[in-house]
Amino acid sequence: MYMDSAIIQIENLSFRYPEASQDTLSDLSLSIFRGEFVAVLGRNGSGKSTLAKHLNAILLPSKGRVLVNGMNTADEAVLMQIRHTVGMVFQNPDNQIVASVVEDDVAFAPENLGLPSKEICHRVDEALRSVGMYEFRMHAPHLLSGGQKQRIAIAGVIAMRPDVLVLDEPTAMLDPSGRREVLRVVDQLRQDYGITVVLITHHMDECIHADRVLVMADGKIALDGTPAQVFTQVEKMYELGLEVPATTKILWELSAEGLQLPLDALDVEDCAQAIAVLWKGRQST
Amino acid sequence: MLKDITLGQFFPGYTIVHRLDPRTKILSVVFYIAALFTAVSYVSYAFMFLVLCLCVGLSRIRPAALLKGLKPLLFILILTSLLNLFGTQGRVIFEVWILRITWEGLRNAVFMTARIMMLVCGTFLLTYTTSPLALTDGLEQLLSPLKKLRVPIHELSMMMSIALRFIPTLIEETDKIMSAQRARGADFETGSLARRAKALLPILVPLFVSAFRRADELAVAMECRCYHGGEGRTRMKVLTMQRRDYLTLLFWFFVLAMVIVLAVFGL
Repeated sequence: MYMDSAIIQIENLSFRYPEASQDTLSDLSLSIFRGEFVAVLGRNGSGKSTLAKHLNAILLPSKGRVLVNGMNTADEAVLMQIRHTVGMVFQNPDNQIVASVVEDDVAFAPENLGLPSKEICHRVDEALRSVGMYEFRMHAPHLLSGGQKQRIAIAGVIAMRPDVLVLDEPTAMLDPSGRREVLRVVDQLRQDYGITVVLITHHMDECIHADRVLVMADGKIALDGTPAQVFTQVEKMYELGLEVPATTKILWELSAEGLQLPLDALDVEDCAQAIAVLWKGRQST
Repeated sequence: MLKDITLGQFFPGYTIVHRLDPRTKILSVVFYIAALFTAVSYVSYAFMFLVLCLCVGLSRIRPAALLKGLKPLLFILILTSLLNLFGTQGRVIFEVWILRITWEGLRNAVFMTARIMMLVCGTFLLTYTTSPLALTDGLEQLLSPLKKLRVPIHELSMMMSIALRFIPTLIEETDKIMSAQRARGADFETGSLARRAKALLPILVPLFVSAFRRADELAVAMECRCYHGGEGRTRMKVLTMQRRDYLTLLFWFFVLAMVIVLAVFGL
């Protein structure tokens, strides 16, 4: 294992798509630690998805290097081990499901790993239970809802038992209830397996419970810190073309009116509490 | 509207025929076809017909469903029987102008028609009682010796199963595109055949573009799940031959032997 328990280490990574005139990622360095929940924000074209694809050797750096558990992604000999370590879920669940029956789809990855049939059955059951889709194992995926399909896609990756789960805008195509389903499953997986999660998203409220928020701009990391540290820099966020969570926005606008409010009350409860305290304080004077 | 299309026409069920290993069923059809082509007499045809009736009975498939499958073949059936009827030399029954019907022609026509009908019914029984996925799996297993000759059996069967998986998705997409075009005034229902065919073009183009995009994304998602071809890949559901499978194969040996014996005795 790596000394500082960084599971993914990115060193001076630059990447340029063939025939592009500009680097999509430029001189980016980053460590992701075991068990961390990292949320990645950034507007379209900031290089979020390109970064994600470097984490399991779908793309290889033009310059610099990416180490997964100490394995260099450019080393073909360890390619399968790297993909086994870092599982990835994409935006459109329809384009990730390979089989016509739910359980066959979840079995796809363990089958590729060459596991014995009994072990595959065991893992498929476990993965389907962990995303709450066990009752649907014999269903046809195209008849399920978007949220359910995305949970199947997550189960299909979890069945490999990866150390890291990278989710590239997994909720972008889902309705609010589907979004909640998927986020609940991700939370559950973190609790049950202590899996490292890298969540790429456009929704600020999905980042509130992250351990760490990265904001990307122009192929670089513009902000890196806890959600409270990042979102309290409201002007900077606006400057980068991003929103802040609704709670921060309320607190920030009230503060601009001269009220003394803490900007880092990100949770709806905490935010309401902070406003209530201030309100009561004013009434009593 | 497009959702009604079913491919391969599989009627799910739990009969003995449904539960047989797909490999057994494919081999059975091979034996059945071999026996049909060996059969030369009324007696052997009657025997094969009984065997077919037995299989249909066991599968609980309605004979009407099988006959419906014959409908598209009606033209070929009529053509072959007419050709046989008029084109065979022999003892003349009836002669008008250049048309001549002979005893041999009549016999050939009856045999040919019976053979084609029984052939089609037998193979339909296979697709009616076996899910397309099981069929693909069975074929892959049966043809796996060809891998040694560098025939890409695994790749072909993977392509088949992915195609089957994406049929409903693409049909749904076609529906969506058609609705979008209709909303902008496209007309798919009226006009000449050429006009209607031309109206389909604005559907096919976006459909193809999206299919390629899907293929691209699917390929990446498959790579992320450690797909690296058939080598070293195992299966969750391993097909296993059971006692009923061996008994079925034995039965077909017997049928084939019976037909050969009948042919030898000239019956």
